[in-house]
Amino acid sequence: MGESADQFFVNLLHRLVSHVPAGLGGVVSALASVVAILAVFASLFAITTVLERKGLGRIQNRYGPNRVGPFGLLQPLADGIKSLTKEDVVPHAADMAVHFLAPLLLVIAAFSLYAVLPVGRNMVLANLDAGVLFFFAVSSVMEIAIFMAGWSSRNKYSLLGAMRAIAQMISYEVPLILASVTVVMAAGSLSTVSIVEKQAGYSGILPHWFVFTPWGFAGFVLFMIAAVAESNRSPFDLPEGESEIVAGYYTEYSGFKFALFFLGEYIGLFAISGLGITLFLGGWAAPLSFLTWIPSYVWFFAKLLALIAFFIWVRGTLPRLRMDQLMNFAWKFMLPMALLNLVTTGVWRFLEHGALRWFVCSLLVVIPYVLLSRSLKRGWRLEKRVYRFAE
Amino acid sequence: MLFKIFAVLTVAGAVAAMSFRNLVHAVLALIVSFAGLAAVYLLLGAQFIGLAQILVYVGAVAILIVFAILLTRDSGITSQSTTSSSWRGSIVVVLGVFGVLAWSVGHSAVYQQATSLPQGTSMQEIGNVLMQRFALPLEVIGVLLTVALIGAVTIAIYEKKETR
Repeated sequence: MGESADQFFVNLLHRLVSHVPAGLGGVVSALASVVAILAVFASLFAITTVLERKGLGRIQNRYGPNRVGPFGLLQPLADGIKSLTKEDVVPHAADMAVHFLAPLLLVIAAFSLYAVLPVGRNMVLANLDAGVLFFFAVSSVMEIAIFMAGWSSRNKYSLLGAMRAIAQMISYEVPLILASVTVVMAAGSLSTVSIVEKQAGYSGILPHWFVFTPWGFAGFVLFMIAAVAESNRSPFDLPEGESEIVAGYYTEYSGFKFALFFLGEYIGLFAISGLGITLFLGGWAAPLSFLTWIPSYVWFFAKLLALIAFFIWVRGTLPRLRMDQLMNFAWKFMLPMALLNLVTTGVWRFLEHGALRWFVCSLLVVIPYVLLSRSLKRGWRLEKRVYRFAE
Repeated sequence: MLFKIFAVLTVAGAVAAMSFRNLVHAVLALIVSFAGLAAVYLLLGAQFIGLAQILVYVGAVAILIVFAILLTRDSGITSQSTTSSSWRGSIVVVLGVFGVLAWSVGHSAVYQQATSLPQGTSMQEIGNVLMQRFALPLEVIGVLLTVALIGAVTIAIYEKKETR
């Protein structure tokens, strides 16, 4: 059961390629993989919109969508039809070409990220030697797309939203990349496939994932915080803060272009979660040694859905940060912690295996964390909140 | 074939960047040029430098230019003519420099020798060379960039105090 189910999609692709002429094999294989990625992650997007609205609804003590189809599951279909039939309004003063290209560039860049993500054993579109670098290079293109959207709309809210988005994405890109560099250092490779291979194997029943090391745990936490900020989600959703700047950089988009922005944002979120899974959570590997009979891609998507649930939970729980809090957090806390974590990884690598290594590296993570948060907290004046009317 | 497409894209992007009146359009055209150059690097099998080109130039330099434009001008559209008054002379100079460079590259010994490039330098080799043989230059460049960063911040902070 295990082996054939695990390689089912790989074998399917091989069988498909064997039916076409030899010269076209590579093209057909690549096309089929691209179509599969588009179909799978676009449907995941549709499912996630329902899950998110239902989850947020439950957190806010209401039902969420429950009218279309059983349990409201056909809601994304209704949303899709609605956005397709809506009028596409382009502002008179807008820069037509740039306004048109921005959502396309965003979605193309977001989908390109999946080229280097291994979603299962032998299931990666391009096993690049510099896979992690490719991911960050392409994700930096998304910033350009957001700027194009905000600037071309000729709307001050759009421009403000775009500038906020870019400032935020640049600031959090630094800790994001530094947190990933720790894994690259430990694995000794930039290729996503070999990073997953380095985390293979089990001691007893527990896996050798990087998140189960002191530096890996700190790196994973830093990575996830930065990932939330990179994908402009709550509590870092200042670029589209509804109460301040309408909807940020996509204020002037309507109909299907708005849907494309929505799609691009979620696809980017899945991609960065996928990278987090690949770097820290062992990629497609099973979490316990006796569970390896379940196909690898099932594990990848299970982890992805778990991270998505975490993102929804965070969104429903935390309030939005202020701009100065956002920047202070990035440069005064995230960056020093990421740099110290880099040193910790080096120490971990050159110390001998054993309890001493665990002790030293844990101290190297915990002591700076305590000192840094204490010193940053010094300026705060926390008082008990007084409710004038509620009490 | 692919090289021709990317070469045309790079040159067209650069030409458009010079000739657009709207500065933001010019930056976007410049990004096309950067991306075309990155594609040429990738085509040559230089994965690291191609991806670094996208990360640094498209992701950082272009954004920096955009910020500079939006923070210094209110509209971003220049009223001046895009061509300088001495454009005829400039063309002669440019063609002269290009001719000399093309001639010297074409006749150099390196160009005639390098018929077979070592295919696909791996990331591992680049990393080893950077961290062992060129470790000192790398560190020196790092210090230089840090000094530049601190210098820029210092200048910016002083200006702020004076205006207040």
